[in-house]
Amino acid sequence: MLIIYNHMVVDYQHRNRTDEVFHALADATRRSIVERTLQRDYSVSELARLFPMSFAAVQKHVAVLERAELVTKRRQGREQCVRSNVVAIRRAQKQLERYEVLWRSRIERMNEILDEDS
Amino acid sequence: MPVTSVKKDPMTLTMTIVAEFDATIARVWKLWEDPRQLERWWGPPTYPATVTAYDFTPGGRVSYFMTGPGGDQPRGWWRFVAVESPHRIEFENGLADESGAPQPDMPAMVVRVSLGEATPGRTRMAVESVFPSSEAMERFLHMGMEEGMCAAIGQVDALI
Repeated sequence: MLIIYNHMVVDYQHRNRTDEVFHALADATRRSIVERTLQRDYSVSELARLFPMSFAAVQKHVAVLERAELVTKRRQGREQCVRSNVVAIRRAQKQLERYEVLWRSRIERMNEILDEDS
Repeated sequence: MPVTSVKKDPMTLTMTIVAEFDATIARVWKLWEDPRQLERWWGPPTYPATVTAYDFTPGGRVSYFMTGPGGDQPRGWWRFVAVESPHRIEFENGLADESGAPQPDMPAMVVRVSLGEATPGRTRMAVESVFPSSEAMERFLHMGMEEGMCAAIGQVDALI
């Protein structure tokens, strides 16, 4: 993960997503949930049996991961199904690729303007 | 190619692109400082940008619109968080409605620019962009950006 913290004057409103991802992954239980859901989907009660904590506590961890968009949760019958958000991450990667093309062309145009000077 | 590196992090929706130009820092700074120069590189030829207000000071605001091939004119705004000549610029970039006011449901992205001397007379520019969400990113990509990409790909095809 790449984060540049060289500029300390930060508008925290826009740090939210980065903060949420870091906060979410700072906890061992949540990292374990992310690792497990990368293999297959888990129900919240299944996860609750894996960790020495209450159903409610696991649910809270899942909610933190959900806010950071690392997992998605959906209802399946009586169960809550937790799924890794690889699809969302892949989508973000594709979007960033489009954004890269945009900036490459901007930089190309900047370079042309600078070339005109000489 | 002036671009020397690109780093993309899909988890935090961040991209940092670094380029080197054969020009002084003061000259590259001018590309950002002068709205008439900015208009020449911000939007692609098929989707040019027109800057209607440009206050290049901390807290200062920018209003602009793009003009698409079909005559559509999506609007955007910037708000400068930092302007530290000639090394650092930070601004928020959001989408605006027809009157130029920020769209209330649309969170802004943050862009951080830093300029430094690579070698004497040569400037290194790093641009870090942070998107607030994937949904917001999609809307930015659609505002003249999609067209920008197509135009850029067209230019690359022409070269090949």
